[in-house]
Amino acid sequence: MADYRELWQKLGMDLEKHDALCEALPQLYGGVYLSQENRPEGMNYYNFVVSEVHGLRIKELDDHKTQGGKVVGTFCIFVPDELILAAGAIGVGLCAGSQFWIEDGEKVLPRNICPLVKAFTGAKLSGTCPYFQSCDMIIGETTCDAKKKAWEILDEYVDTYVMDLPQMKREKDYKKWAEEIYDLKDRLEKLTGNAITEEKLHESIKLCNQKRKVLQRLYNARKALNVPISGKDALLISQIAFYDNPERFIEMTNKLCDELEERIEKGISVNKEGDKRILISGTPMAVPNWKIHHIIETSGAVVVAEETCTGTRYFENLVDETPTTMDGMIKALADRYLKINCACFTPNKGREEDIIRLAKEYKADGVIYNSLQFCHTYNIEYTKVEKALKEAGIPVLFIESDYSNDDVGQIKTRVEAFLEMIG
Amino acid sequence: MISIGIDIGSVCAKAAAYDGKNMYLFMQPTGWNLKKTGEELYRKILEISGGYETDVVGIVGTGYGRVSIPFATKKVTEITCHAKGAVYLNPTTRTIIDVGGQDSKAISIDDKGNVLDFIMNDKCAAGTGRFLQVMAHVLEVEVDELEHLAAQSAPRDINSMCAVFAESEVISLLAAGATKESIASGILHSISNKIAHIANRIKIRDSVFFTGGVSKNEQIRTILEKKLKCTIYTHENAQFAGAVGAALLGYEVRS
Ligand code: SF4
Ligand code: SF4
Repeated sequence: MADYRELWQKLGMDLEKHDALCEALPQLYGGVYLSQENRPEGMNYYNFVVSEVHGLRIKELDDHKTQGGKVVGTFCIFVPDELILAAGAIGVGLCAGSQFWIEDGEKVLPRNICPLVKAFTGAKLSGTCPYFQSCDMIIGETTCDAKKKAWEILDEYVDTYVMDLPQMKREKDYKKWAEEIYDLKDRLEKLTGNAITEEKLHESIKLCNQKRKVLQRLYNARKALNVPISGKDALLISQIAFYDNPERFIEMTNKLCDELEERIEKGISVNKEGDKRILISGTPMAVPNWKIHHIIETSGAVVVAEETCTGTRYFENLVDETPTTMDGMIKALADRYLKINCACFTPNKGREEDIIRLAKEYKADGVIYNSLQFCHTYNIEYTKVEKALKEAGIPVLFIESDYSNDDVGQIKTRVEAFLEMIG
Repeated sequence: MISIGIDIGSVCAKAAAYDGKNMYLFMQPTGWNLKKTGEELYRKILEISGGYETDVVGIVGTGYGRVSIPFATKKVTEITCHAKGAVYLNPTTRTIIDVGGQDSKAISIDDKGNVLDFIMNDKCAAGTGRFLQVMAHVLEVEVDELEHLAAQSAPRDINSMCAVFAESEVISLLAAGATKESIASGILHSISNKIAHIANRIKIRDSVFFTGGVSKNEQIRTILEKKLKCTIYTHENAQFAGAVGAALLGYEVRS
């Protein structure tokens, strides 16, 4: 990696602490990723992105900023990227998947809340995430209680704008969400000084749809019986989609998909015969949280899809591209986004149906339901999902875990026992 | 033809040898060198069974130390092994409650000992033998003495399930003058609550079989029976269920 210390300094980072964070990543990445056999060539791009995770991309953000551009951070897939792009800003989905930040997060937050919330708060407080440091504004949302209340604390450190997300999906909720999107438009225009015109918005709707389509293409490849790419690699690609330059990401991922489709034809796969196919369902997995995938894929199984925010929930359903008026496009955005089936909503029957549908589409032998520790919505929703899956004859294993490594042994035993059970 | 099962738990390491007719058993403390323990067990159980190395058709490793048995021909989780072993020890078993040194689980099985469903504790120590160890330490008694002490008194309430909080609770109870007997009884009730909580998350069907080191504690078994409203059986060799299952699995593969 080139020397970025000056850049980091400029971003007001705690360099010493940041060194400690950076030290851990190569070893972790090497163990989880580079040790895999038979990886597609096209993964080299993503290896490169990871090796430059706090470098090249941050430099791009910085260049954008020196030209007067703004950077906006988001934490939830309900926040429409389209508006951020249309305002000429760069959006980054902030990762908060490292145990490293928990301690700092716990300085201002109670211990018994979700690690994701503790991690992003800790990342900001400790000044060790260059993406966070680059953000001119954060867009939060009223999803779960942990996030809702954390925004108030975060706002003391960085300008935090909160969207009021409905928690039900009635006619009036769709209307209200459209209004919220309108408000965000105003706020972004104020922040950037750029008007969000109908043309610009239409352009960005098309761009974001393209990104969704390439991710759909990637996931489609995983439906093949000879799986051409590991679940870990696919997860990494989804994770990178949240902060990479969209055009470049689309191009590189399409290239990778060409290779994957070729592999399918030639019968090249990452799984061995008899390996079980697993669908993951649950809470988002932010970089570098590869824990569950790694355990599963080193136990004689392959992850074929993720019903998560770093999986299908992120890219299913496109925004309707036909409307060209502002009202029409905002409505199209509201309609697409509110279709996401997140456990923060009630009722959330759609998610049960999604999981069963995905298990069939991806020919999964079983579902591993993964919830971050203390995430009430996903933890509680398991009861209903479990019932629905059992009725559909689909085996399911529940795992609640955080970012630490002390339960890896126990989780491995449970995963192996689950695989033996469905074997 | 002889098959060997080795179950290395966190506290005790168990071995079983099966020749198609007889089941031979052996147990020793796990110690800190898992690899050495595995080798010792192998040699010991072979000697006990009277078989020769050349008769051995399979060595199945299980338990949390299964990764430390390099010479095992197969590694199978303790959940699958317990299921097989429990049906061998008690053929009517359909539900297993297993409480060992650092984990507790409930397993639902069919008549052939195949796993239908299972629940295992997460990293929390509350419903495990570890909880008893920590509490016995605070009371300055041996784990084995808890049962005898508890028999002599009604329980004092110990409300926290968490081992760390329960420890301070017990210290305060002692400071407030509560008897060791009443606290010991409270401890057994507390661990039983947690075990029942785990067991209740699967469908409990008769017969219910109690295995693992903690199953030797008669009082816990009785408290559990009341809480779960069912009869719970155990067996003098219940602690060996995992090793027995492992030996059976090794035999099945070969024959
Ligand atoms: S789980 Fe729900 S609240 Fe959390 S990021 Fe996903 S959509 Fe947003
Ligand atoms: S994982 Fe759950 S608790 Fe954590 S931020 Fe998402 S919805 Fe909230």
